[in-house]
Amino acid sequence: MNEILKELENRRQQARLGGGQARIDAQHKKGKLTARERIELLLDNESFEELDMYVKHRCVDFGMDQTQISGDGVVTGWGTINGRQVYVYSQDFTVFGGSLSETHAQKICKVMDMAMSNGAPIIGLNDSGGARIQEGVASLAGYADVFQKNVLASGVVPQISVIMGPCAGGAVYSPAMTDFIFMVRDSSYMFVTGPDVVKTVTNEVVTAEELGGAKTHTTKSSVADGAFENDIEALEQIRRLFDFLPLSNRERPPERPFFDDARREDHSLDTLIPNNPNQPYDMKELILKLSDESDFFEVQEDFAANIVTGFIRLEGRTVGVVANQPLVLAGVLDIDSSRKAARFVRFCDAFEIPILTLVDVPGFLPGTSQEYGGVIKHGAKLLFAYGEATVPKVTLITRKAYGGAYDVMASKHLRGDFNYAWPTAEIAVMGAKGAVEILYRQELGDKKKIEKRTKDYEKRFANPFVAAERGFIDEVIAPHSTRKRICRAFASLRGKQLKNPWKKHDNIPL
Amino acid sequence: MFNKILIANRGEIACRIIKTAKKMGIKTVAVYSDTDVDALHVKMADEAVHIGAAPANQSYIVIDKILSAVKKSKADAVHPGYGFLSENKMFAEALERENIVFIGPPSGAIETMGDKITSKKLAKKAGVSTVPGYLGLIEDEEAAVKISNKIGYPVMIKASAGGGGKGMRVAWNDQEAQQGFKSSKNEATNSFGDDRIFIEKYVTKPRHIEIQILADKHGKTIYLNERECSIQRRNQKVIEEAPSPFLDDKTREEMGKQSCALAKAVSYTSAGTVEFIVDENRNFYFLEMNTRLQVEHPVTELITGIDIVENMIRIAWGEKLSISQKDVHINGWAIESRIYAEDPFRNFLPSIGRITRYRPPDERFDQALIVRNDTGVFEGSEISIHYDPMIAKLCSWAKSRTEALRVMSDSLDEFELDGIGHNIPFLSSVMRNKKFIKGDITTAFIEEEFPDGFKSVKLDSSLLKSIAAACSAMYRLFEIRRTRITGRMDNHTRVVENDWVVSLGGHNFDINLKADKTGSMVKFLDKSTVRVESNWVPGDSIAKVKIEDKILIMKVNKVTGGFRVRLLGSDLDVLIRNKRQFELSSHMLRKIEPDMTKFLVCPMPGMLIKVDVSEGEEVQEGQTLCVVEAMKMENVLRADKKGVIKKINVEAGQSLAVDEVIIEFE
Repeated sequence: MNEILKELENRRQQARLGGGQARIDAQHKKGKLTARERIELLLDNESFEELDMYVKHRCVDFGMDQTQISGDGVVTGWGTINGRQVYVYSQDFTVFGGSLSETHAQKICKVMDMAMSNGAPIIGLNDSGGARIQEGVASLAGYADVFQKNVLASGVVPQISVIMGPCAGGAVYSPAMTDFIFMVRDSSYMFVTGPDVVKTVTNEVVTAEELGGAKTHTTKSSVADGAFENDIEALEQIRRLFDFLPLSNRERPPERPFFDDARREDHSLDTLIPNNPNQPYDMKELILKLSDESDFFEVQEDFAANIVTGFIRLEGRTVGVVANQPLVLAGVLDIDSSRKAARFVRFCDAFEIPILTLVDVPGFLPGTSQEYGGVIKHGAKLLFAYGEATVPKVTLITRKAYGGAYDVMASKHLRGDFNYAWPTAEIAVMGAKGAVEILYRQELGDKKKIEKRTKDYEKRFANPFVAAERGFIDEVIAPHSTRKRICRAFASLRGKQLKNPWKKHDNIPL
Repeated sequence: MFNKILIANRGEIACRIIKTAKKMGIKTVAVYSDTDVDALHVKMADEAVHIGAAPANQSYIVIDKILSAVKKSKADAVHPGYGFLSENKMFAEALERENIVFIGPPSGAIETMGDKITSKKLAKKAGVSTVPGYLGLIEDEEAAVKISNKIGYPVMIKASAGGGGKGMRVAWNDQEAQQGFKSSKNEATNSFGDDRIFIEKYVTKPRHIEIQILADKHGKTIYLNERECSIQRRNQKVIEEAPSPFLDDKTREEMGKQSCALAKAVSYTSAGTVEFIVDENRNFYFLEMNTRLQVEHPVTELITGIDIVENMIRIAWGEKLSISQKDVHINGWAIESRIYAEDPFRNFLPSIGRITRYRPPDERFDQALIVRNDTGVFEGSEISIHYDPMIAKLCSWAKSRTEALRVMSDSLDEFELDGIGHNIPFLSSVMRNKKFIKGDITTAFIEEEFPDGFKSVKLDSSLLKSIAAACSAMYRLFEIRRTRITGRMDNHTRVVENDWVVSLGGHNFDINLKADKTGSMVKFLDKSTVRVESNWVPGDSIAKVKIEDKILIMKVNKVTGGFRVRLLGSDLDVLIRNKRQFELSSHMLRKIEPDMTKFLVCPMPGMLIKVDVSEGEEVQEGQTLCVVEAMKMENVLRADKKGVIKKINVEAGQSLAVDEVIIEFE
């Protein structure tokens, strides 16, 4: 018996060593942790239950039958984060460069199946050189199998990808279909084709970092939702994000004890809106001041900063926030911000996370680049996302809500449950100046007349009451009472039930 | 008594005057510019009158506008506060003509004392000792250099009408004399509309000590002892105290008597201040007389128990002073810290914007302890580019200086201020400075003790250890709360670790925590143990933590994996990791900060006045590159080192944001 136990321990030891000490040291030298070390930090202490530790590849070509390493380059299993279940796979760069073989893919598919049937999120830690070239189409098939699982899992359990090393070619499409992608600065990159191929095909000279580093994907391409300094910080932040997310579409978002007062008033909000309507202010101040303990997990912070998206808690419960940011491009809606917010809204709706929308929007950005870029369809994504969302929706207009953008931003007309406005709100088709220029074109020569017309228009429409008279605004609230009012609004919506008509699926304008 | 007074000022001083007026049952009128619509002084006053655009020269210092506000509100008297029109004789005269009482000295006294040259001559005549200098008017830069040489460097170049550090420059050589003269003249023109400049010997190692006087209209003049105002930066007072730790009774009495003599010589009435330079042998020289209420008057009020503003109002009404010299005592010790919107980490450059958080310590008026905070702002107000960047005057009082310093230090640690850069960390660091604690200070204190500007204070390792203990206990609370989340797997929940490694200030502390109902026992690797108790909960931004018998007051900001902590002038990133995280962190690479030395970035929001160099030019270390105006101050930006200008990104007249690149070097 003793011998048998020893054999087990031996096999485990060997599997845990992955590609061997030399490769582990090389991994460390690059400032990267190994696949198992990463899991240790991601999960609660000693909570990891590994699966398929002894899986080996079946390739016999190119001398591959001579090298067999237990686990085949990916560590899979489940564990807990703060006591809540999660499935994990972590690619092991020390084993065949973390390359994806048929069996490697099978291991990933197995935990994904378990995640779906047991209703727990799946987190993928990506660090892979790409396809196992020696396996040819078997490897490609493996990718496709994973892709298919990603598609099926989408909307069933939250899927989070953390890119902690290379992720190139076909490998990028699995993370691309998950809910969130996070990257580690300076040690991770993602691209469909690498710098060498780019050079051959297009003659562009570009480094891997420029082509697909964390900065590129968080600021330019919006592929990634955030970037962190190093492995340790990244894993700590994923634990933080995890605390906001429900386990699956069958569960409610989590609740956590909170030490903030749901009735807390903040009188500094009474002066948040500057007296000059053209002066910007920081919408994040409002987000921080109304959320529990000022805790805000921002998503896509560095992309399309004219709209802010992220998670807060109200009375310990997760709420998704979408807010126009007057500090950037006056908070205008454009192609990028519409796409960013639409995706976020759909995530929240898929997982029953209530949505708070803070509105200060001067309209859609005009111009040829926007029209040629298809702002019509991209803007429609956000409109569609809000319109189909059945989760509790509370909207607060702080200042401008002009034109079509007013409709889009979770207006009453898109089934907003509570539509509040501050007294500083201006809800109109457009700003007074623009409106007067259209309405009184023949008087444009007369400066005095136009000035008076502008004043009249402002008086009539630069307030929330015209909309409130029609019931489009449920109540005009004092800024200092915002937290209290919004907490109570969401509290009243805890039992909300709303169903869209049956359909196979909708046809959002992609 | 007056029925209604108008306060021709803004900010904390307007609020402070309104307080006393209210106490006396007098109605108050505030005036405000466009940007001050929502200001605190407007809210506090019974009425408010709008007087124009934001720039002071279109509102607060326009005599006609104040006059019409007085008429409109039917006020009987005007209190000018300090700055603005407080020492403008034309204003005082204009009020006299309209039969409105000016709560301040007669215009004649303002005129005489307002002119630094005339005032010196008069002081000399009245038997007050004075500093050597040139008392005539100076025509141009050349003359300035000549005169400076005659007096001998270093010299002080001053705007004749100046005050508050504006239009003042110290020059140590011809080049600086030239430049200083130019800058002073410009600032004088812009700020006071009077470009007369004079030059005097700059007394090195001096202390700045001033005497507060009160004089009624019936011939009685008394002095309320001294204030020590040596802690200055760029000739702007930062910390004041009363009494001075330096004066003896004899010197105090002599200074007081001379001050009263001077006041009498100009038939002074109301409150006034006579400023002296005192050298290390307690020789004192007359500097100037301020014919107004001083910013730092609260310290005098705290040690004498006399409300100076109330006395000013009573004197203006014509009452006799109810106190005599023999009634004036020194009771305990008072310190004032001026909290400015100036970023000490950016060489104290002005910072403007919205105050997103403003939570001063609670005011206390106990038998043994006073905390007083005079302010003109509130959470959510705006620090504008147009006015003085002072946010508050925090004062502490106690029986002894040591105790007053301690109260101040604690109060600074409790003072929450966010949204703008401010000097609280710097003030805290002064409270811990050995020389300051001893009272061994001169007006060069800041230059000497902070030669390379202010940097976050380095705390000693025993203090760091205490902070580590406190933070680990706090962090544990966070982690325990996380495990109380819904959706857990029953019976497989997380057990929060008791062993942590806390990293801060270059130290790593191995910590073992044992928590009970009232606190935690924190054991260190060296087996030493401390008890930590606190009622802090996650989300609180101030943590008062009892560590053994000592109390730490920290501002805490939760960040992922730890806290950002501010206390005692020190900013600390406290990282808290479990054993495994700590072990693995050794593999993380240290990242190199991007090199910013090749850029001249704008240190504050402001306007580029001029650029003194051109592209391709080689510049020497210390050479003037450009001038940025912010808060009415001209800030000369110089080259840190020798280099060649590669590119100039902005033009004169353009407004600049913080960190905007002005010049790129090769």
